[in-house]
Amino acid sequence: MKKSTIKKNIIEKIGITLVSLSTLIVITSLVIIFFDIISKGYSVISFDFFTTFPKKNMTEGGILPAIVGTFYVTIASAIFSVPFGIMAGIYLSEYAKTNKFTTLIKATIKNLAGVPSIVYGLFGLGLFVTGLGFGESVLSAGITLGLLVIPVIITATEEALKRVPDSYRDASIGLGATKWQTIKKVLLPSAGPGIMTGIILSIGRAAGETAPILFTGAAFYLNSLPGSIFDKFMALPYHIFTLSTQHAQISKVRPIAYGSTLVLIIIVFLLSSIAFFLRLKLRRFGGNK
Amino acid sequence: MEEIIKIENFSLYYGKDQALKNIKMNIYKNCITALIGPSGCGKSTLLRSINRLNDTIDNIRTEGDIFFENQNIYSDNYDIITLRKKIGMVFQKPNPFPFSIYDNVAYGPRIWGINKKTELDSIVEESLKLAALWDEVKDKLKKSGLSLSGGQQQRLCIARALAVKPEILLMDEPTSALDPISTRYIEELILELKKEFTIIIVTHNMQQAARVSDMTGFMYLGEIIEYDNTEKMFTIPSKKLTEDYITGRFG
Repeated sequence: MKKSTIKKNIIEKIGITLVSLSTLIVITSLVIIFFDIISKGYSVISFDFFTTFPKKNMTEGGILPAIVGTFYVTIASAIFSVPFGIMAGIYLSEYAKTNKFTTLIKATIKNLAGVPSIVYGLFGLGLFVTGLGFGESVLSAGITLGLLVIPVIITATEEALKRVPDSYRDASIGLGATKWQTIKKVLLPSAGPGIMTGIILSIGRAAGETAPILFTGAAFYLNSLPGSIFDKFMALPYHIFTLSTQHAQISKVRPIAYGSTLVLIIIVFLLSSIAFFLRLKLRRFGGNK
Repeated sequence: MEEIIKIENFSLYYGKDQALKNIKMNIYKNCITALIGPSGCGKSTLLRSINRLNDTIDNIRTEGDIFFENQNIYSDNYDIITLRKKIGMVFQKPNPFPFSIYDNVAYGPRIWGINKKTELDSIVEESLKLAALWDEVKDKLKKSGLSLSGGQQQRLCIARALAVKPEILLMDEPTSALDPISTRYIEELILELKKEFTIIIVTHNMQQAARVSDMTGFMYLGEIIEYDNTEKMFTIPSKKLTEDYITGRFG
């Protein structure tokens, strides 16, 4: 073999080793984290863990109010963010003319997705909790989380619609359909899986966020479930945060903290899996070819 | 022959570029009119001006008039939606929606408010028969339109266009993405459809124009160079440019 070929082969080998090693490191750390959480948390998981309130200053008992609170606040954020997000996405993709102004708007929306979540938390405190007087509540926290995920939903909708070929638009308009009929009957169904993926991923994100609900409605401990949207609530991520750092007997509540983490991870993982399968389905049917 | 469309001094601009220059031509009822010419000569643009599909593009300006059934379709309060129902269109690449075969054909009628199942069923059957696709798909109407072959997809698109009972069918290079056998099917179908519809077909393929059309218009750089009876165009063209093009000297 020529010297230069040997050298090339060596470089090739080093390259492949480097990239596979990096992948291995990332995957290993994920697996370690996951196993650590499972091994420390599984002991507290039981039927009662899901169905009872915390007891004895949270050193015993379940996490029912945290699960229910997370559920409520996530639903509230979805009710607020999904319709606005989809409609804004439709507007940007189908109605907005291409000019400097709309390009600026689109760039701003994409950048909003990168704003640290604590900033949203403070914004929510200022506007919804005190400014509009919603107080610390499911409503305030839900809207704050909604604002956090709206850019993701807008972008997902816009991009899913952009991937629908123009030939579908031409065919529909050419049959005498109006623009809105075309959007409703052809574009949204074709872009549906893509939009759903964006929605589910953002719901998963909303369910796992702590900072935005910190000042807007999450409570350390409540002895009843929220009865209205103006009540405070407990939430899984905040519950984990308090058990890990704010509790008087941190070592005693460790297993419960890990158990709660496990539950939260499983919820988020399930949501991501649904999004993953939707994307697979999208590819198989080739709806957006 | 009865005129169904009269194009009078029609010009179209994309921004500052003039894509169509003072087009003047009459389209005759139950005739097949072919538009030929090299790429970028404006034949598709002209076709899309007849059902005002160009309206969907930003930055477009038109001058002059196009009359359909003696009404100017470019007048301010003309009902474009109904115009597009009466003037159907078939595109270059088969573009069935990602729905079932049935729903593809029923799409237009549903848009126009027909929701009764029996009525839809008969429209779907009738349209697929007209498009010579019924026998191949009658047992799998629930299957995705995208599962069909390219030639079948194009006939499905023809059926979809026919389902709203148009008077004119605009066809924009309907066979350019198809193999020779599918192309022959579509050409036979076009000749069959001529009995009931007026057809305007844009084509790159001069043999196709010669085979199917009654009238041929030759376009070059946004202008109609020559428009005449197909037989005359292909035997004794009156313009040198037409002759050069149909004998393959350029294009």
